[in-house]
Amino acid sequence: MPHSTHPIEILRFNTCGSVDDGKSTLIGRLLYDSKSLMEDQIEALERSADITGGGQINLANLTDGLRAEREQGITIDVAYRYFATPRRKFIVADTPGHIQYTRNMVTGASSANLSIVLVDARNGVTEQSRRHTCLAALLGIPHLVIAINKMDLVDWSEERFLEIREEFEGFLPRLDVLRDVKFVPISALNGDNVVDSSSKTPWYQGPTLLGHLETVHIASDWNLTGLRFPVQWVNRPNNPRDSSLHDFRGLSGQLAGGILQRGQKILVLPSGLRSRVKDIWTYDRALAEAFCPQSITVLLEDDLDISRGDMIVGLEHLPGMGSELRARICWMNPRPLQRGKKYFLKHTTQTVQAVVTSLESRLDIRTFDSEAEPPELAMNDIGEIRLRTSKPIIYDGYGTNRLTGAFILIEQGTNMTVGAGMLQAPTEAVRPDYNDFAI
Amino acid sequence: MSSYHLDHLQHLETEAIHVMREVAAEFERPALLFSGGKDSICLLRLAEKAFRPSDLPMPLLNVDTGHHFPELNEFRDRRAAELGARLIVRRVEDAVAAGIAIPNPGEVSRNRLQIPTLLSAIEEFRFDACIGGARRDEEKARAKERFFSFRDSFGQWDPKNQRPELWNLFNARVNTGEHMRVFPLSNWTEMDVWEYIRRENLAVPTIYFSHRRSCVRRGGQWLPVTDLLPPKPNEEVRDLVVRVRTIGDIISTGLVVSPANTVDDIIAEIAAARVTERGSRADDKSSEAAMEDRKKQGYF
Repeated sequence: MPHSTHPIEILRFNTCGSVDDGKSTLIGRLLYDSKSLMEDQIEALERSADITGGGQINLANLTDGLRAEREQGITIDVAYRYFATPRRKFIVADTPGHIQYTRNMVTGASSANLSIVLVDARNGVTEQSRRHTCLAALLGIPHLVIAINKMDLVDWSEERFLEIREEFEGFLPRLDVLRDVKFVPISALNGDNVVDSSSKTPWYQGPTLLGHLETVHIASDWNLTGLRFPVQWVNRPNNPRDSSLHDFRGLSGQLAGGILQRGQKILVLPSGLRSRVKDIWTYDRALAEAFCPQSITVLLEDDLDISRGDMIVGLEHLPGMGSELRARICWMNPRPLQRGKKYFLKHTTQTVQAVVTSLESRLDIRTFDSEAEPPELAMNDIGEIRLRTSKPIIYDGYGTNRLTGAFILIEQGTNMTVGAGMLQAPTEAVRPDYNDFAI
Repeated sequence: MSSYHLDHLQHLETEAIHVMREVAAEFERPALLFSGGKDSICLLRLAEKAFRPSDLPMPLLNVDTGHHFPELNEFRDRRAAELGARLIVRRVEDAVAAGIAIPNPGEVSRNRLQIPTLLSAIEEFRFDACIGGARRDEEKARAKERFFSFRDSFGQWDPKNQRPELWNLFNARVNTGEHMRVFPLSNWTEMDVWEYIRRENLAVPTIYFSHRRSCVRRGGQWLPVTDLLPPKPNEEVRDLVVRVRTIGDIISTGLVVSPANTVDDIIAEIAAARVTERGSRADDKSSEAAMEDRKKQGYF
């Protein structure tokens, strides 16, 4: 049955690979074989097969939703799909393989628990496979699956499978953040090792792709160590009918890290003011404690001047605070990143102005070597930069916390989202005992 | 809570609340599209969770095609009153009379005419964001939507040039005259919606539950017989026990023969269903790109 009524987890994953590696076919196969497709969807597939496919059902048509995509047989934008097994619910981002659509791949992968990189067994590792693997590492995706597809076209050769695996293993150590990597030989077109084990790979002992998706351990993918509560919206009832609400001043937001407890001492940044948690208010009931990523409303003992963009933290595991930042950035716009140009920078719940003060290096995706001081970062380039912001931000290294370590750059005027940034860990934490706060 | 763990509904809920609060914080004049249908019923509960004990910081907006199920409008008005929310209704009829929406000769459906009616309401109230209940699992073009979906000053969607959307950092910047459509339920499925309705014990319009109704068979579906849709001379009228699975206009919403009387029954029925929700909407069947074309023009 595709649905279940008992509590189950959500796993977010994305699929990436070069054009024609069979991403959309794979997702179609997962939906089809897990019985998540409905009759009218199958009917629509058959209808379009009669018109364009010479009678053969094209599973890719399930995800290629825009007319231009069907006409060109490519995937332009991230398509999201949903399916469930009795063990898990899945949110799938089908991300395009074309180089010019790398920004969509980053969009689809930024919040994923797991990435599937598809490789055509005939072609082996391509520049795109390296790029996607590198992006998955850069984005801190905890789990990676290399699905070696079209194994039927290389006669299910174990030798070919091992050859490609070795090639990956040759460069994976250079992407040090990738911890969990699995290799699976499949044929998405015929379904081998996707949902059901294949009789054609007696030499492969591992799980099927779906089997792995259902069981991979994701419970520790959130950061529960350092308390981070970016204030999103100040909740202050106007002329409440209920007189007990006259003094209600709640701080609403989503926990971006750690655990918050009633009675806990907290620090507000950047002001450095201190208080204690009086209550954790939610629509359903007051909570004694809340954890990342819950959305809550915090009431403090003291009536402090706190607004959107401030961050509430605990007295331990303090974040960094500063306006001189170092980050890795993936550039996503045809107009190159310019040193000295002002952008808006959105980080947690605050938007500030930012200037890129230097381009430190640019990553060569083929060699994973860095080119020092490049003249610019163009579309799809990944580089290290230094920035200065108009106000200090409160942050962590992206490797420690994906929510407080990430930012986007927005071009002024066009309002386009042009860069995806991942902050380097601060060199020192804020020191709450010093009175040296910026404001 | 002893284990620091959210189940799938709690996970979807916290994500949706975050999105709603971003709208309240980042936009000056947001609105929430509320039809009284099951998805927007969930939206309203999420708005309560996001903003209580304060009043909802935005009015509710509904485009009335004049072809709504009467039960839906009654429910819409009652629910808005219960919440103490401001409800703005703009009618397709009025937009047609004012020359804002122009029907093609012989065009019966009000589906297309909702678009100019909605856009004119957005202009009238200078809304810079509209929260809607659309879900990505409904339809192929919607599967490509962002949470924050930018609309230019003509209200158009440009699917090939969407803003990248990363982590939970939503780019809410619009210039004057442009606006954003925001979809907090993007990651919800039809099943999630009903499970949430059950968990939250939410009231829904009675037409979601089985009831007796006169129907005619047309285009492979059962349609309700009304003044707007009288049976043709050769059509047989059947008295059936039916319910709606998704609510569109009364002239194009296919009815499902169903004994489902409770939310539990509906969940069991969906779990066993072999057709999608939109399989019962004639407006989506006209061509493979029907939804894409309407969305580009400003449909929700």
